[in-house]
Amino acid sequence: MRNLTLRSVLLGLAAPVGALVFAALLCAGILAVTGHSPVDTVDAMSASAQRPRTLVNSLNTAVSYYLSAVAVAIGFRMKLFNIGVDGQYRMAALLAAALAGAAFMEGVPPVLRVTMTVLASMLVGAAWAGIAALLKVTRGVSEVISTIMLNAIATYLVSYLNNPARLAEVNPGSNDVKTPDITAGGQVPGFEVTGSSSKVYGLVFLAVLVGFLYWFVLSRTRFGFELKATGLSESAAVASGVSVKKMVVISMLLSGAVAGLVGIPELLGASHSYSLNFPAGVGFIGIAVALLGRNHPIGMAVAALLWGFLFNTANSLDTAGVPREIVDIMQGVIVLSVVVAYELVRRYRVRAEQHAVGHALGRTKTAEEVSA
Amino acid sequence: MALGLTLAACGSKNDSTTGGTSGTPSAGKPASNLKIGLAYDIGGRGDQSFNDSAARGLDKAKSEFGFDIKELEAAAGETDAQKEDRLRQLAEGGYNTVIAVGFAYATALEKTAKDYPDVKFAIIDSADPKVDNVANLTFAEQEGSFLVGVAAALKSKTGNVGFIGGVNVPLIQKFEVGFAAGVKAVKADATVQVKYLTQPPDFTGFNDPAKGETAAKGMYDAGADIVYAAAGGSGNGVFKTAKANGKFGIGVDSDQYNLPALADVKDVIITSMIKEVDVAVYDFISSVKDAKFAKGEKVYDLKAGGIDYSTSGGKIDDIKTKVDEYKAKIVSGEIKVPSTK
Repeated sequence: MRNLTLRSVLLGLAAPVGALVFAALLCAGILAVTGHSPVDTVDAMSASAQRPRTLVNSLNTAVSYYLSAVAVAIGFRMKLFNIGVDGQYRMAALLAAALAGAAFMEGVPPVLRVTMTVLASMLVGAAWAGIAALLKVTRGVSEVISTIMLNAIATYLVSYLNNPARLAEVNPGSNDVKTPDITAGGQVPGFEVTGSSSKVYGLVFLAVLVGFLYWFVLSRTRFGFELKATGLSESAAVASGVSVKKMVVISMLLSGAVAGLVGIPELLGASHSYSLNFPAGVGFIGIAVALLGRNHPIGMAVAALLWGFLFNTANSLDTAGVPREIVDIMQGVIVLSVVVAYELVRRYRVRAEQHAVGHALGRTKTAEEVSA
Repeated sequence: MALGLTLAACGSKNDSTTGGTSGTPSAGKPASNLKIGLAYDIGGRGDQSFNDSAARGLDKAKSEFGFDIKELEAAAGETDAQKEDRLRQLAEGGYNTVIAVGFAYATALEKTAKDYPDVKFAIIDSADPKVDNVANLTFAEQEGSFLVGVAAALKSKTGNVGFIGGVNVPLIQKFEVGFAAGVKAVKADATVQVKYLTQPPDFTGFNDPAKGETAAKGMYDAGADIVYAAAGGSGNGVFKTAKANGKFGIGVDSDQYNLPALADVKDVIITSMIKEVDVAVYDFISSVKDAKFAKGEKVYDLKAGGIDYSTSGGKIDDIKTKVDEYKAKIVSGEIKVPSTK
């Protein structure tokens, strides 16, 4: 039994570790072929790992990646593919920024003001995802298609609203457009780290809380069980009295609500406004992080930290003369090889189990034969 | 080019230098202890547009002065923290002259510049931040756009012209507003069709010739005979469509008639709105070299140079006098070109 446990742990680690090693080797090969030194690359990366600022930035990046991954994973567990996290969080961040920065929020006590902002972002994210859910349950529209299209609509809507004539303002001489700055009472101060000019997002705990709730609801509540059951087999879920339509709507709303949070740590912790430079595309990164972390709350955290670190080493690579695109290549290779590695390990495990069962049966038979 | 020389000459007019360098640097010899860092916006060197223009200025400075240079580039999905990290890495790496290409760096530069008072920074296209060791290099794109608008109105047979902007951001809206004002100044009843290829944060509109083709086709079909492409690399698609339909186009940023990459379609480019980011970058480096760094905003406009229209190809030679009349009026301040709607 102890052997089996050790073995299953090793098997569980084999896929991600194997994929990482494979990706590292492949990237080293690509670097060597293109005339760059893999050694310089490792040097630059380890220099990054020793710089407090890069570590803080990596953690902050990971916070938004993690929230995005959880949003995607909620859908994944239901076999729902929410590709709309990107549009959901950008809509949510813009509207939350406009709310938090509005003049009438000045008199609101800080805790209430921040809570209102966070809730508003969740509501907006849920509402935007809710459109896709409604289309799916009433008209049978695939959420893959509708969320992609809603991303495009969100882009136009955000662009329309982030305009001096509507929610935003332009400083004279600046080419940026942004919502009014959120004043101190609406911000969430970050944590100072010695040697770093960046601060750790104050809302880093929000990501931890979301991760915990994700784990708790999925594995410790009836709702979570029904959600996973529906994802595993829709017909079995229906047979046991689960309303699939209801589950689709609820899980899309939850996914959207978490998606709404993606931009909030940056908004309340660093940028204090939604501008043309507000990070875009985090929703798509969440898909990769969720895949890599296998929808597991801890797995996704590790994946988000890895992704955040890789992203933040790019400047050091550039400085060392290594093309920063190697980071994109590495991330792409890791995702692909992880998917392949998991499948290989799964097959190996099935074969090993069959073998073990066959072996056990065979031995029983022999024993019977002997006794007979 | 003549303009570039004039500006360069202006920069080194007084030859009393305190930086310990000779006033007339000889090519190829490291002139001083300057180390130049350049932080590009998304796309970086090779974007056939804005970043490349900055790169040309850097290359010119490098070939003349032989400085040590380092170029870093932005990625999509960044927060200000990554931009700040980039600027800090340059400053920490001993790069004492750092140029941030694009207004996206404004917030990051504000935080960084204060921590490195000995480093001279410049930012392109932004009047922010206002810090003692930052030079803000901005352009009056609306003035040049006004002139090509005048040219379009004078040259149009249908009284219908088009404007294609790469991405719908305030920077590009300045091109649109100036162009429309120029057209209307000549022909008040002319139609100006306006189309932006993408909305932020989708910045692909600056580098997607296929989108430019489609948008231009729509405009030519709707009666336009000249289209102004303020869309970076997407302009190639506009000119291709113009050529296929026997219509005309107007280029942007550099004298696009003379760009080797556009040799196939140059016949349709009647003029270009010139925005010399390269001159601004080169001037800034020269000013630091000559210890004449000036903080604050430096506006490149028709009067100061850095903004102009081109006449290469001879397609607007017949109306050049008229366009120059307008130019003189803008320079004298008689015409104030609006920059916002």
